[in-house]
Amino acid sequence: MPLSSPHLLGLQGVPREDIQLILDTSTTFREVLERPIKKVPTLQGKTIVNLFYENSTRTRLSFELAQKRLSADTINFSTASSSTKKGETFKDTVRNIEAMKVDMIIVRHESAGVPAYLTKISKANIINAGDGRHEHPTQALLDMYSIREKLGKIEGLKVCIVGDITHSRVALSNIYGLISMGAQVSVCGPSTMIPKDIEKLGVKVYNSIDKAISEHDVLNVLRIQIERKANSTFPTLREYHNYFGITAERLEKHNKEILILHPGPINRGVELSSEVADGPYQIILNQVTNGVAIRMAVLYLLGTRP
Amino acid sequence: MKILLKGLNLLDPEQKLDKKADLLINDGIIEKIGNIKSSEVEENNIFDFNDMVCVPGLFDMHVHLREPGREDEETVVTGCNGAAAGGFTGIACMPNTNPAADSAEVIKLIKEKASNHLVDVYPVGAVSVDRKGEALAPIAELYEAGAVAFSDDGVAVKTAALLRNALEYAGMYNAPIIEHCEDESLADGAMNESLVSTQLGLPSIPTVAEDITVSRDILMAEYLNKAVHIAHISSKRSIELVREAKARGVKVTAEVTPHHFTLTDDNLKTYDTNYKMNPPLRGKADLEAVIEGLKDGTIDCIASDHAPHSIEEKEMEFIYAPNGILGLESQLGLTLSELVNKNHITLSDLVYKLSINPRRILNINVPSIKEGEKANLTIFDPHNIWTVNVSAFKSKSKNSPFDKRLLTGKPVAVINKGKMFYENELKSI
Repeated sequence: MPLSSPHLLGLQGVPREDIQLILDTSTTFREVLERPIKKVPTLQGKTIVNLFYENSTRTRLSFELAQKRLSADTINFSTASSSTKKGETFKDTVRNIEAMKVDMIIVRHESAGVPAYLTKISKANIINAGDGRHEHPTQALLDMYSIREKLGKIEGLKVCIVGDITHSRVALSNIYGLISMGAQVSVCGPSTMIPKDIEKLGVKVYNSIDKAISEHDVLNVLRIQIERKANSTFPTLREYHNYFGITAERLEKHNKEILILHPGPINRGVELSSEVADGPYQIILNQVTNGVAIRMAVLYLLGTRP
Repeated sequence: MKILLKGLNLLDPEQKLDKKADLLINDGIIEKIGNIKSSEVEENNIFDFNDMVCVPGLFDMHVHLREPGREDEETVVTGCNGAAAGGFTGIACMPNTNPAADSAEVIKLIKEKASNHLVDVYPVGAVSVDRKGEALAPIAELYEAGAVAFSDDGVAVKTAALLRNALEYAGMYNAPIIEHCEDESLADGAMNESLVSTQLGLPSIPTVAEDITVSRDILMAEYLNKAVHIAHISSKRSIELVREAKARGVKVTAEVTPHHFTLTDDNLKTYDTNYKMNPPLRGKADLEAVIEGLKDGTIDCIASDHAPHSIEEKEMEFIYAPNGILGLESQLGLTLSELVNKNHITLSDLVYKLSINPRRILNINVPSIKEGEKANLTIFDPHNIWTVNVSAFKSKSKNSPFDKRLLTGKPVAVINKGKMFYENELKSI
């Protein structure tokens, strides 16, 4: 059974079977990553472009590594400058790349909707590596994979996404994916960081981190973008840490096993205390390893789709 | 020269005129209304407009001509051609040109470029120098050069103090201040704030950004007893505020665009930048409030906010693309399709909202269908079903979300200043 779409633009509306297929396929690739020779010839002859219009280290590295493990030919186009600045328009850049006969484009962009726009101007398979505050589907897939790896299931779990939900691309993808897989999803953060009408997606909203900890099996803790402080969505990093940060004391108070995810990079002492970031409940580095397997699975499933 | 228009349904509610008759126009003046024998004029000058509706020439009080500054997007002449093709004999153009219409020279340039055209062009002057919201523009000089109203459109007048001075100063000439109502500190977004913006992950502008400035402007107009006109009203709460203010006798008027009574933020789901405009497309409740406001007279008129943009500018990533869409050539068709044919308003209401009221707000003479008056007329076919074809637009730009949309009701001809635009041709009559 191939995936139902030639692109991965987000997890909104993606059928459960597709998510299941990606997660199951990742298990195979996860094994490949444990071999001494971590390379398979699956995508030999395929050309993949990593089109990164925004600074990203880990997502780009993870995609690149996944491509190399699958023996694809890869090229990188990274720029922090946008088309509003002088120079080539986005469309012209894409047309140029398209003219070099590429099979897949991995795109990261500051504007939501760019991956969707790409499908209209390119014939390649498009994978969204994060668009604005919209979606980041491979991150959510690797989060779900990591949860399933650790707890053996997703269905029926209570998962809370903690942090700046409004400005997050990870939150929305996780919400769609987890709900589709049968989890109960909540968000927790200061009200200034909760977007309009999010409850209408079937999500419960928490403003108390203690309540969130006590009522959930999994916390997916988002990075607080320190530069956002300028928008005064929260007063100080200290206040954020004191009222919404995950600390060892908080976890001990509730005296329960809880799984902690973080998409990285971590601000130690802000959303997670160092003790928690290195502690027994977190699976942050597993997420990173699983990220390569998930991206291999997505590349493989789209690249070999009939 | 004499021309004879046969079989028109004449409609001029101000003259209590609503009857089928012929019109004889002699050198641009309505000479005779009634049953007129064809033998009175040359055969080539007889037009069979059987069952077409003829109303006082339509007027669009919110148009962006891009001259001076962005003549690649629209010029005074191409904008006027679009207006004529869309059924309009008069337009008011906004001051956000480059340079801004903050000097008599710019106002005169626009008037000069339009002087020979069928379409009357009434420039709106800037409230502040370079629309920066700091120093007051030379309002008296602009008025004398031909400005009929004042606005910093694109943004609201920046401070309450500047608004006060603008209302007082323009008030000396009985000229209204036209306000783009939006609180700047809440306006950093690319679409309306709603579940849709949450799902699309786009930065959003809440309706309260509009409501706050509408409140401020109403209170100031009330305090000073001066006239303020709310441009492109789009939020339910703002419409309620205008309704309440009108009931108190405040000199406030309001316009709405066709896209705000036709589309909602749901239309953005494809990230098509042709749906990006400011104020943004709102929710269903706002759209319903707009229609209610049009019905009960809270909203005085319909204006297009015609905003031409080049293809390369609109074909940008969504958050970078500029706001605005074309309006002149789809406006009458949308008003007929969405409001008249759906029985929200009557044809007579349409004449008020698209011809009489905008001129009254700007203190411009309202044309009448009356013997001895200048012929300033719009003729349209209310039943013609047609498909919008943006590539055939007279406007220089092509940014419209209405391309390929089926509309019922189409402009047929306009007559003004001894000229007629009919069947794609502009000629002297």
